[in-house]
Amino acid sequence: MGEAIVITSGKGGVGKSTTTANIGTALALKDQKVCLVDTDIGLRNLDVVLGLENRIIFNIVDVIDGNCKLQTALVKDKRFDCMHLLPAAQTNDKNDITAEAMKDLIEQLKPDYDYILIDCPAGIEQGFSNAVAGADKAIVVTTPEKSSVRDADRIVGLLEKEGLNDPHLIINRIRKHMIDSGDMLSVDDIVSTLSIDLLGVILDDEDVIKASHHGEPVAFQPNTKASISYRNIARRILGESVPLMSFDEEKGFMSKVKKIFGMKS
Amino acid sequence: MNDSKQVVLMKGTQEGITVYLDDECSFEQLLNVLNKKLENSNKEDRTELILHSQYRYLRAEQKEDIREIIENSSSYRIKQFQSYVLTSDEVTKQVNNMSVRPAIRNVRSGQVHQVEGDALILGDINPGGLVMATGNVYVFGKLRGIAHAGTNGNKECVIVASYMNPSQLRIANKISRSPDYDVEGSNREFAYINLENDMIEVEKVNYLPKVRPNLIDRLERGIENG
Repeated sequence: MGEAIVITSGKGGVGKSTTTANIGTALALKDQKVCLVDTDIGLRNLDVVLGLENRIIFNIVDVIDGNCKLQTALVKDKRFDCMHLLPAAQTNDKNDITAEAMKDLIEQLKPDYDYILIDCPAGIEQGFSNAVAGADKAIVVTTPEKSSVRDADRIVGLLEKEGLNDPHLIINRIRKHMIDSGDMLSVDDIVSTLSIDLLGVILDDEDVIKASHHGEPVAFQPNTKASISYRNIARRILGESVPLMSFDEEKGFMSKVKKIFGMKS
Repeated sequence: MNDSKQVVLMKGTQEGITVYLDDECSFEQLLNVLNKKLENSNKEDRTELILHSQYRYLRAEQKEDIREIIENSSSYRIKQFQSYVLTSDEVTKQVNNMSVRPAIRNVRSGQVHQVEGDALILGDINPGGLVMATGNVYVFGKLRGIAHAGTNGNKECVIVASYMNPSQLRIANKISRSPDYDVEGSNREFAYINLENDMIEVEKVNYLPKVRPNLIDRLERGIENG
């Protein structure tokens, strides 16, 4: 029986879809059966990040409306046999499905997968309710900006109301030099404000943008900083205890990375 | 008729003249006697009376009747009604307002934590979060959002926080906000209305007993009730 994890943020543009795609990829690299569910109906882009846009025939609304079987709508990833995508519809909008229908759908997926990652749309309206309806756990993505942390805080409160206590936190797009100069919130500041468990931090890295431009999740690359961060997050989801990468000094960072590889092989 | 006992008894006390009203006779009799007893009094006199209805519960309209009789037939003014009895609603309300209401939670952005009595929060109040209490607000955590004490208008209420860096403080009908630039918060502070200049001020907690000497009594009572 799989575990459904919703990836949400409240604010738009903080990297929910990128995070979903990369955690999915990193879990697939660990031979986990993963299903990515895009619930951003009307503004889908998880398929684009994964480079699967051209393969979509049916979508989540078709499944819920009974136009096709669930298995028919699932798109197999081009890199992994064990990763599938259930794409969102582009022509409908969020009010065309209900939270109950979404919950049933996730329940149907659970027996066939180890992890079901639900990509939540921005906002706190119907789309959010739909996305969290079937989830067992939640991951909140934020960037080190005040507005984003504020929205994340709101989302944590709403998740608690939905019964999703203890969500985990991913801090995306960290710029070390800006934190050092005091122009950006530090990891500690954010964790202390939100007071939820930190699952991982991801540096602001051009490789992430490049990778999603080419429709290939960065986690697939062997040794960029971002890909290591995402793979560490996947390992933490699987229950391994992996220390946080230190951004304090480049030297320390590299030695940590080497240490992680040393431990792995 | 109850002749052996005086229906209306006037006594001088420290607070002024207190009029004790018999609580066994009928209300009509009480009004009659009041009327008779007071109508001969000196019209120049502007003395204020305290009316003590003892074990009789006076409803609002009965109080109005008494006030009308006294203020029409004499020059006395009613300063206050007193009584040994309260309705259960009034008692519940008073107990509620005195109780300390503890909660172990974080009040996050968009959430409102509202209580009757004193709010005691074991957790943080994040920016965008709001705590409202008819009494005091105690925060055993970081106060970064908005705290509103004395929502019924009690200016004596205080806001105490182990870390004080609020976006706004509200006490009764007063509001103060933090400056537009970023400020470091400070530990163990409290906010109160300085009754001299009617402004919200923030001080270290050690000044609290000086500023609000009765707070500890109230707090102890509140904990017993809550």
